Amino acid sequence: MQIAELSVLLVWAAATALTIALVAFAIDLGRRTEARAEAHAASMTPAAVGAGGGSTPAPSTTLDAVPPAAPRRRTAGIAMSTTWLGTALLLAAIVLRGLAAGRTPWANMYEFTMVGTFMALAVFLVLNLRRDARFLGAFVTGLSVLFLVLGLNVFYIAATGVQPALQNYWLVIHVGVAISATGIFTVAFVTSVLQLLRDSRDSGAPYLQRPGFRWLDRLPTTASLEGLSFRLNAVAFVLWTFTIIGGAIWAEHAWGRYWGWDPKEVWSFVVWVVYAAYLHARTTRGWDGRRAAWFVVVGYACVLFNFTGVNLVFNGKHSYSGLTTGS
Amino acid sequence: MSDETTYRPEGIRDAFTEGGTPDAAGAKGPAHGGKGSGPGGPALPSLGWRGTLRWTWRQLTSMRVALMLLMLLAVAAVPGSVLPQRGQDPAAVLEYLGDHPAAGEWLDRLGFFDVYSSVWFSAIYLLLFVSLVGCIVPRTIAHAKALRNRPPRTPARFGRFPATASATTSASPDDVVDAAAAHLRGPLRTLPLFRVDVGGEEPRRGRPATRTVAAERGYLRETGNLLFHLALLGLLISVALGQLLHYRGQAIVTEGRGFANAVVDYDTFESGAWFSPTSLVPFSMTLDAFDSEFASDTVAFAQARDFTAHVTVTEPEGAQHTETIKVNEPLNVDGSKIYLQGNGFAPDITVEDSEGQVAFSGRVPFLPEDQMYTSRGVVKVPDVSPGQDQIGMIGYFLPTAVVEEDGSARSVFPQPNNPLMVLEVYTGDLGLDEGVPQNVYELDTASLDPAVEDDGSTMKVLVRPGETVELPDGLGTVSLADDVPRYVALDLRHDPSLAFVLTFSLLALGGLAVSLFTPRRRVWVRTWSEPAGDDGRTVTRVELAGLARGDDAGLQREVDRTLAAVPGVPTEAPADGPHGAAGGAPDSSTTVRSTTVTED
Ligand code: HEM
Repeated sequence: MQIAELSVLLVWAAATALTIALVAFAIDLGRRTEARAEAHAASMTPAAVGAGGGSTPAPSTTLDAVPPAAPRRRTAGIAMSTTWLGTALLLAAIVLRGLAAGRTPWANMYEFTMVGTFMALAVFLVLNLRRDARFLGAFVTGLSVLFLVLGLNVFYIAATGVQPALQNYWLVIHVGVAISATGIFTVAFVTSVLQLLRDSRDSGAPYLQRPGFRWLDRLPTTASLEGLSFRLNAVAFVLWTFTIIGGAIWAEHAWGRYWGWDPKEVWSFVVWVVYAAYLHARTTRGWDGRRAAWFVVVGYACVLFNFTGVNLVFNGKHSYSGLTTGS
Repeated sequence: MSDETTYRPEGIRDAFTEGGTPDAAGAKGPAHGGKGSGPGGPALPSLGWRGTLRWTWRQLTSMRVALMLLMLLAVAAVPGSVLPQRGQDPAAVLEYLGDHPAAGEWLDRLGFFDVYSSVWFSAIYLLLFVSLVGCIVPRTIAHAKALRNRPPRTPARFGRFPATASATTSASPDDVVDAAAAHLRGPLRTLPLFRVDVGGEEPRRGRPATRTVAAERGYLRETGNLLFHLALLGLLISVALGQLLHYRGQAIVTEGRGFANAVVDYDTFESGAWFSPTSLVPFSMTLDAFDSEFASDTVAFAQARDFTAHVTVTEPEGAQHTETIKVNEPLNVDGSKIYLQGNGFAPDITVEDSEGQVAFSGRVPFLPEDQMYTSRGVVKVPDVSPGQDQIGMIGYFLPTAVVEEDGSARSVFPQPNNPLMVLEVYTGDLGLDEGVPQNVYELDTASLDPAVEDDGSTMKVLVRPGETVELPDGLGTVSLADDVPRYVALDLRHDPSLAFVLTFSLLALGGLAVSLFTPRRRVWVRTWSEPAGDDGRTVTRVELAGLARGDDAGLQREVDRTLAAVPGVPTEAPADGPHGAAGGAPDSSTTVRSTTVTED
């Protein structure tokens, strides 16, 4: 069997492992809800009373001080190990892809998808080494499976070399950092969405009061979700800033101008400005909390569009998806 | 408080500078201590014109307006990626205008085909930068003063700080204070981690005299933030200067030939408003050879793999050196960069008219139209013998030609393995004498007569290198030289601002990283002796509080570490203590309690 085919097989294997992880994470979220529903109801009541003053901090789960875990988290353990497995398989697939193509394995959309997914998973796993962030698991693995299957079915192209404009160490740096930033943005996005959901449930949004959403109560408080999302976004934003600077340096070498408002450049700029606005919003009175979280959602939508839409819809210098035959 | 040395832009949410205690933090109402008006609504009528001006300025430099402008900037940038832009693709703009005459005209009037130089886009970013200056200058001044500040005095009560810890120990309050201060300063005397003040308080309201430590770290955070914003300003100015001073010229050069760095030698030349031709260094350059490589494997068949131009540069003072230019590796000559932007074939064509006179002889660049380098070129032959019609030819050059049975030809590989030129021949007046500049790559055939076959289809003349072929209708002959020279499209660019653009970008990046990753924390310690029981023994009580700028996951750990440095306190502080629990275990000789309170 060819190395390239083995790589594809490994991606499918990774997607399978991550699907198992997804199911296990989901079961774990549900179980925790049942096991602790009563305990939680008990702890909520006094807080609700005390909240009348508006200043008494409610007893809360924080990321740094999670209350003793529910005794039965065996499914969560299974979920974590299958996630580690899936991530390792994906890493092997990426390495083999690089060997098959004889270059850095991130030069077209299929490869971006693989590496970006790997980065998101890696961020999630590393995060879990430092604190219990398993509540993110179902969503991170879910998105990962989605991305991988999309990549295999829609973006796949055979492994080969690249055109002269891409043969540069900047391919390794600029694109590598961009994908890392995207991976981190992904985890931050999941966190902010959970923050918004939990916030809506806490403030009594009717739809979210259904029993199916009880798991939201088991999440950390909106404040600590906000904090986690910010820390991730801050790292990703610095990486994204570097991506843009590196891209400009590379464009100066390859295209003879550091900035030319090519569609990819436009959207990278838009992404940067939206996240800059997010960082501002966090520290602007009346714009922090929920509103700031919406910036993360919009910012991530722009990241995704920059990655898919710009490559496929617009015809710019960056059309290197490999799916269209440019000259 | 150190309020006179903090500048807060209107609308900032910042527990740290808003008085130093969390009670003042997150004040969501007009309680905010700035001298401007609260968010609730400014008292406009009583302001007078100077007041109104000041109020307007205060609003323009407020966080909220900065945020709005940032959002606007993001939105305003989008149309430029959707609609074709003159700067990037003028032909596409013309095509769009042709396809959408009505809407196109309005869009054009509103600047939608030059988004990034349009009035509205410029207005947004210029306002943003005015706001930035208005915000950053007072903040820089305030920060410069704050750099000499002492840490804020120890607050009276610690209860409501986001991180607290307390313990009892047998060490004396003086020892506690010394140990905590030493720990907070860190091992480096000249570069203390925390700026530390040690003090004391008189007995008051039933509390005995106490010793206190007030410490603050992370002034670099604000420094980084200011550096970031100032660097953005520097970046904008550098880019603008570059726009004014730069020049760019394009030249097509064939193998064995060259060009000089002079405005007239470029096929196209463009420069900024402050450009002066004397800034062109008069070097010259010759293209010695051009190499190209293409993939021949099935997966990426005919994809370009490498382009290299071998050139000889002659400096103004006469020194010569050979260089190479590749796609990603421009050549640097005297501060200008020369890029390899394109390449193709420039067949050497000779046309003799019916009287045997050489009417045209020269290399004609054919522009590649596809991956196989099927290239299109135009030959205009105005200088025929008197009384004859002028000749125009539209041709395709096929580097590796395959002629099908029906007579059609195509190229199957980009290298010149089996070159063939296919020409259509026209006669008539080329219109070159009218003085109107013409595109050398286009032939307007509307007023010309094509040479046709008997069945009326346009006749095609096939020429291979080294061949001479009769033109139809007795017009003469066309011949192709043995060698097919390559040409390269070179782009020479000079932008004196590049070094500044790069420097400010990197400063912005550095400032950003410092600002986002440097924790800014305050830690306070208060300690005093109190009776341990009825037997007259005393113990020392230690209380700590911490406050951080923004979210800071490490704040509690910082407080715990400080506590652990106090003699007589067990080093292991419980990471997650009882939440909001009041009851401890007062009978043990040492108790440690640390609490995290999460602001909502
Ligand atoms: C060119 C436009 C601007 C951009 C791209 C921008 C971007 C940013 C970014 C990315 C941050 C977060 C990183 C950091 O803390 O250093 C930030 C923070 C900040 N910006 Fe701006 N900014 C701009 C204009 C302004 C303006 C006009 C103001 C004044 C109203 C301002 C005031 C601030 C303040 C006070 C912070 C600190 C927030 C905090 O407490 O963390 N910025 N800005």
